[in-house]
Amino acid sequence: MNIVVCIKQVPETTDVRVDPKTNALIREGVKSIVNPFDENAVEAALQLKEAHGGKVTVITMGPPQAEEALRHTIAMGADEAILLTDAAFRGSDTLATSYALAAAVRKLGDVDLVLCGKQAIDGDTGQVGAGLAERLGVPQVTFAIGLEIADDKLRARRVLDDMYEVIEVKLPAVVTVVKQINEPRFPSMRNVLKAKKAEIIKWTAADLAADLTQTGFDGSPTQVIRVWPPEKRAGGQMLEGEPDEVVDKLAAIIRELSVL
Amino acid sequence: MDFTFNEDQTAILEHVKEFCHEQLAPKAQETDEAGVWPAANVAKLGQLDLMGIPVPEDHGGLGMDFLTWAAVGEELSRACTTTGAVYGAHMLAVFPIMHFGTDEQKRKYLTPLARGEHIGAFGLTEPGAGSDAAAVATKAVKDGDGYVLNGTKIFITNGGEAQTYVIITSTDPTKGVRGLSAFIVEKGTPGFEFGKNEKKMAYPSLPNRELIFTDCRLPKGNLLGREGGGFLVAMRTLGVGRIGMAIGAVGVARAALEAAVPYAKQRHQFGKPISSFQAIQFMLADMATEIDAARLLTWRAAWLKDHNKPFEKEAAMAKLYASEVAMRVTTKAVQVFGGYGYTKDFPVERYMREAKLFEIVEGTSEIQRLVIANQVIRELGG
Repeated sequence: MNIVVCIKQVPETTDVRVDPKTNALIREGVKSIVNPFDENAVEAALQLKEAHGGKVTVITMGPPQAEEALRHTIAMGADEAILLTDAAFRGSDTLATSYALAAAVRKLGDVDLVLCGKQAIDGDTGQVGAGLAERLGVPQVTFAIGLEIADDKLRARRVLDDMYEVIEVKLPAVVTVVKQINEPRFPSMRNVLKAKKAEIIKWTAADLAADLTQTGFDGSPTQVIRVWPPEKRAGGQMLEGEPDEVVDKLAAIIRELSVL
Repeated sequence: MDFTFNEDQTAILEHVKEFCHEQLAPKAQETDEAGVWPAANVAKLGQLDLMGIPVPEDHGGLGMDFLTWAAVGEELSRACTTTGAVYGAHMLAVFPIMHFGTDEQKRKYLTPLARGEHIGAFGLTEPGAGSDAAAVATKAVKDGDGYVLNGTKIFITNGGEAQTYVIITSTDPTKGVRGLSAFIVEKGTPGFEFGKNEKKMAYPSLPNRELIFTDCRLPKGNLLGREGGGFLVAMRTLGVGRIGMAIGAVGVARAALEAAVPYAKQRHQFGKPISSFQAIQFMLADMATEIDAARLLTWRAAWLKDHNKPFEKEAAMAKLYASEVAMRVTTKAVQVFGGYGYTKDFPVERYMREAKLFEIVEGTSEIQRLVIANQVIRELGG
């Protein structure tokens, strides 16, 4: 089976810093990694390939340095990696990103399954996987914690807030996975060295025959106006003592604040 | 001499650091306290292709140099001294088979060792022979088409867990060191059993076992090198082993320094962090300087080995210096931590106990000084 995994290169820290002027992520001095959930998606793809045969292709859209993230997935065992890189892709929101990724999946043709991480640890929107399924017009399964393939069907176990759900979809489909689905393998040194020399295929907007009104800034209805870390909450007031005492103190405070 | 790492070496080291940071270091205390063979860690070293770094690719290795092997060893030892020690002791079987083995021996024994499918160990030390190799009492007697081994080895690192053992025996006791011969012995060979596992000052999870040979029959194909060539096998192996021990010592010293510095910055006395006091600063400066010097001595020995130049003296210097540095640095780290350093709540007391091993194992500091002195006197004595 032909599996495509869409990944994103993200800054390593979950404590993302934002440039107050441009509202863009500050990337200087921060190591870039493969989005951890996407690593789970790559691992899931490799396990399916090991069980059913086929090929794993990894795609990312990003600046030229996103190549490093793709090399990591080749070191893990992916067969092929494609970097969508073009000035026309700059400023893409999730809608424009899913447009470019869908165009790349279509260009590959004959894809049985597309896997994504449930969300990226920088933007945290979780929209690209779902958007991609819409763009491709195929079924989608989000938050998968288990996958089974039987013939042309996929059975997935989803993690919801308070339950698991098992659903079955026809392939091709798009699936987003959660961290608990597996433990991504640590690449062997041999594969790390091989991956350094591997060819990374590069596709531009023209290669995808992309409609430029749908890509980059022009294709992105979402504009980030401002991003800021939440203000630290001042520590609350702890009331101590026996329940009766505490209730009395609390009632006194509420009365004093005259909020009732 | 150039210690600039090329792209491949850099990639490997970065990857190893990541592995150490994510998987080894967080569990180091647990690995130590478990008191059992760290099977999961050892399996990962194999999966990561770290068990045969200098072994040619057609024998399952990475085909890289001993400098890379040493640099990786420092990272492993720094993150988890026990795992680093397994890695170091493993080379004591890998190297002699790689260097002295026949094609058949390499195919049969080296390939699985390099892939990490088998673990290696080396047996020289006996109750009556350690520093004095000529006193080896384990005998291998020629018998028809093979040899029969009788005797006991002690303190053998990886003993019991390893599948492949390089054993130094005496095939002709009248000839002293010239009567020594090396053999490859597999775990499970009839007549080869394991005895006592030593309880030590540190490394409870690292086996140092007795190997007992009782009429253990080996085919002659298991003779490693030539009959009477065992002393050469042992000396060459210990030369490489000393590089391994030296870098292991650098690793534990670095772990101690890297624990002491943040502690000194965070610990306040007299209203200031203790890192602002010169008494502490001077300790940290000496620790950092000595660690660098020890590493450079070790890298030089590895570089000489990689360039097929004599390196025995330099390896002995590296091992002597690095092990004594490890002892000094870990002792100072405990001092920086003060009372807390003496407790088991912090890892520095463990580093101090672990460091002591390096002054003893694979040739005590005194033996290293003898090796160095012999060479110096030969070179400069006129």
